[in-house]
Amino acid sequence: MADVPKPEELAKIDHTPPETPWMETPAVLKDGMWCYGAHPKNLEIVDMPNPREWSPRDEDWKLPDNWKEIVLDGMKDRLGKFRSFKLFMDICVRCGACADKCHYFIGSGDPKNMPVLRAELLRSVYRKNFTLGGKLFKKLAGGRDLTMDVFKEWWYYLFQCSECRRCSVFCPYGIDTAEITIIGRELINLLGCNIDWIQAPVANCYRTGNHLGIQPHAYVSMIEFFCDEIEDVTGVRVNPTFNRKGAEILFITPSGDVFADPGTYTAMGYLILFHYLESMGLDITWSTYASEGGNFGFFTSHEMAKRLNAKMYAEAERLGVKWILGGECGHMWRVVHQYMDTFNGPPDFLEEPVSPITGTKFEHAKSTKMVHICEFTADLIRHNKLKLDPSRNDNLVVTFHDSCNPARAMGFLEEPRYIIKNVCNNFYEMPSNTIREETFCCGSGAGLNAGENLELRMRGGFPRANAVKHVHEKHGVNMLACICAIDRAALPTLMEYWVPEVEVTGVHELVGNALILDGEKKRTTDLRGEPLPGMEDIEDEDL
Amino acid sequence: MSAQKSILYPLVAVLVLILIPVIGVKLGLSYFFAVVVPYAAFVIFFGGILCKIVNWARSPVPFRITTTCGQGKSFDWVKHNKFDNPFTNKQVFVRMVLEVLCFRSLFRNLKMELRDGPKLTYGSAKWLWLGALAFHWSFLIILLRHMRFFAQPVPGFVDMLQSVDGFFELGVPQLFLTDAVIVAALTYLFLRRVVVPQLRYISLPSDYFPLFLLFGLILSGIGMRYFFKVDIIKVKELAMSLVILKPTVPEGIGALFYVHLFMLCVLFAYFPFSKLTHMAGVFLSPTRNLANNSRYKRHVNPWDYPVKVHTYEEYEEEFREKMKEVGLPVEKE
Repeated sequence: MADVPKPEELAKIDHTPPETPWMETPAVLKDGMWCYGAHPKNLEIVDMPNPREWSPRDEDWKLPDNWKEIVLDGMKDRLGKFRSFKLFMDICVRCGACADKCHYFIGSGDPKNMPVLRAELLRSVYRKNFTLGGKLFKKLAGGRDLTMDVFKEWWYYLFQCSECRRCSVFCPYGIDTAEITIIGRELINLLGCNIDWIQAPVANCYRTGNHLGIQPHAYVSMIEFFCDEIEDVTGVRVNPTFNRKGAEILFITPSGDVFADPGTYTAMGYLILFHYLESMGLDITWSTYASEGGNFGFFTSHEMAKRLNAKMYAEAERLGVKWILGGECGHMWRVVHQYMDTFNGPPDFLEEPVSPITGTKFEHAKSTKMVHICEFTADLIRHNKLKLDPSRNDNLVVTFHDSCNPARAMGFLEEPRYIIKNVCNNFYEMPSNTIREETFCCGSGAGLNAGENLELRMRGGFPRANAVKHVHEKHGVNMLACICAIDRAALPTLMEYWVPEVEVTGVHELVGNALILDGEKKRTTDLRGEPLPGMEDIEDEDL
Repeated sequence: MSAQKSILYPLVAVLVLILIPVIGVKLGLSYFFAVVVPYAAFVIFFGGILCKIVNWARSPVPFRITTTCGQGKSFDWVKHNKFDNPFTNKQVFVRMVLEVLCFRSLFRNLKMELRDGPKLTYGSAKWLWLGALAFHWSFLIILLRHMRFFAQPVPGFVDMLQSVDGFFELGVPQLFLTDAVIVAALTYLFLRRVVVPQLRYISLPSDYFPLFLLFGLILSGIGMRYFFKVDIIKVKELAMSLVILKPTVPEGIGALFYVHLFMLCVLFAYFPFSKLTHMAGVFLSPTRNLANNSRYKRHVNPWDYPVKVHTYEEYEEEFREKMKEVGLPVEKE
């Protein structure tokens, strides 16, 4: 795999399209911009078609003889099932408003990363096969045959879209490239051509309940390790429970937060919060079976998303909880907010969520019966239920990265900010065109945070990183807060590449730092074990 | 197809289309161009659009995929952005009105620039919004002004529109503002396609064809009004006869009128088969016309089907011993 060029090199981006028309410019797989193909065993575990050893680099992708028929039939089927798809194939006027809104286009200059052209890759085939004009006038009507080159081009560019939906904010008709990518990837999956970075988590999640394939005993011991860490920092022992029947609330969070830094500190934040609330009446349990908030099935097909998502309600029903609380995660919340109730509801066995601490009814979640932890915590702070010492985050100058899905599929903008402003003293916003509904993707969403496509990730993350760099230089920002596990996995690499002085945190890590526990010792470090400024002296005096 | 060809082919096509009625009328086919073609275009337009809408509507909306562009509804103390992130159908209605009448989304448009540093900036870029809005509103007003040819007496609002449109009272006959605006807007929309490299790259012949058709339509109309007079009385006679379904074709309406009418007919007939259907499609766009309340109210997928899942029992079966080792409760000992 090619090395990623240095930032100065990478930033020399030419946005001028090539001389050759796009239909006559076949995609050439550039190393660093694509991900390895799905391993056959990971397809077999979930009964997906065409498992075989293959590499996208090979000439022959080992597709069934009737591959074209499969794809076109699949397209026809989906045109009948999704009004979005049919409409978005028909009504684009190619005004180009979306073009420079895509982080992959901004970062790569590749014209096929303009949302309009990414969609045209499919539209051209749609027109040729499903419209009168395309059948009669072919190329003149913008029609194009489905060939192996075209299919490979789909593959290359549909895995250079992170389904972030920024383009759909700016489109005068609300054409949503995520919808086109999702359905395009479904078609790709009919031939077993997923990328392994998505397929392996899917297979893992199906079997073990989480993307990382953490088995139940390991899951428990990982969290117990966090409990040890928390005890070291705070002197207080927290005691989470797992798979406990009769608990009032089931807590589900992305497994990424259990697995790797800095997500682990966010998980520690949750544990500290739950412990704090225990004496106030919080009755919550974790699950090893529903141990994944995220859903890489969503990057595969609607069906796979539904299959993986089913565990949440199933586990809630088995444990007999009243409602579900969900951790910080981006696409997880798109699925929970916009799909879960439709996929696997109605959850009649649950009750309308009510905060056991404040009595607040989460009216807006009364059907799905799942609440975002930032809603939960913001409500606690609003009701003065948390003793907070924001000065314990004084070593941090924080900015907030809106994750694509909570921003553009929920409008979840103020709640995390409200928390941050209550647990930190130094908070600065990035420029207004790079946050809230206009936020930029981390560059690694929708299953693209692999190692082999690092150049793509650094390019796609460039707009986000550039905005961080701006506030770093202007305000001395050194901490990028977010509410997404993929962000926490992807942004540290991005920061290291573009703005090495900035680290990444979840919002609840900041909460964990600020929250004053009963009986805690004087904190001299934050949850990362890094010394708190001004507090080292106290430790010295004690010695 | 190269950019040159993408422009040239539709241009030639429109020039040929202009010649057709000119030659046709010379050959004595006025009835065909004044009656048959307009009726046919009318039927294709309405029939086609209707079919298109029915066709779209036949595909369900399985999921509630609203694109939210502002704070969603949550607590009372969090300010809800009702029209960029609607929670009720009333709010959706306002969002759609803003979208359809004011091009709300296009108003957000930005222009990205990469400067040395590297530094990315996003400047306001309202020209596309302005150009699009100017074109569409002018077109609508011009269309409504034409109602004077189809009704006797002329409805009051048409007279009013006309006097507002001719407000500046420049020239004889007085210049309609919309005539000037639509030419300017259309020219802008054409030029940006040709001049901006990315736009030139994505533009298809089917993007230029309607632009050239519109140029033909508008310029022939302007030509008739300001430069090469045609017999307006006779035009109205024809229009009225078409309306009451008793078509009579008066002699001696200038050829330019037939060009104008034919451009309109081609535009109408082409409409349902082209990107111009965005006019109807915008109302059906699920990212815009759905309330963002999917956790509040369950959205039903009409084609939902059961899927194979990995049950807890299967999970425990595989991991039971390991679960017991760490003290996790199990269903079966």
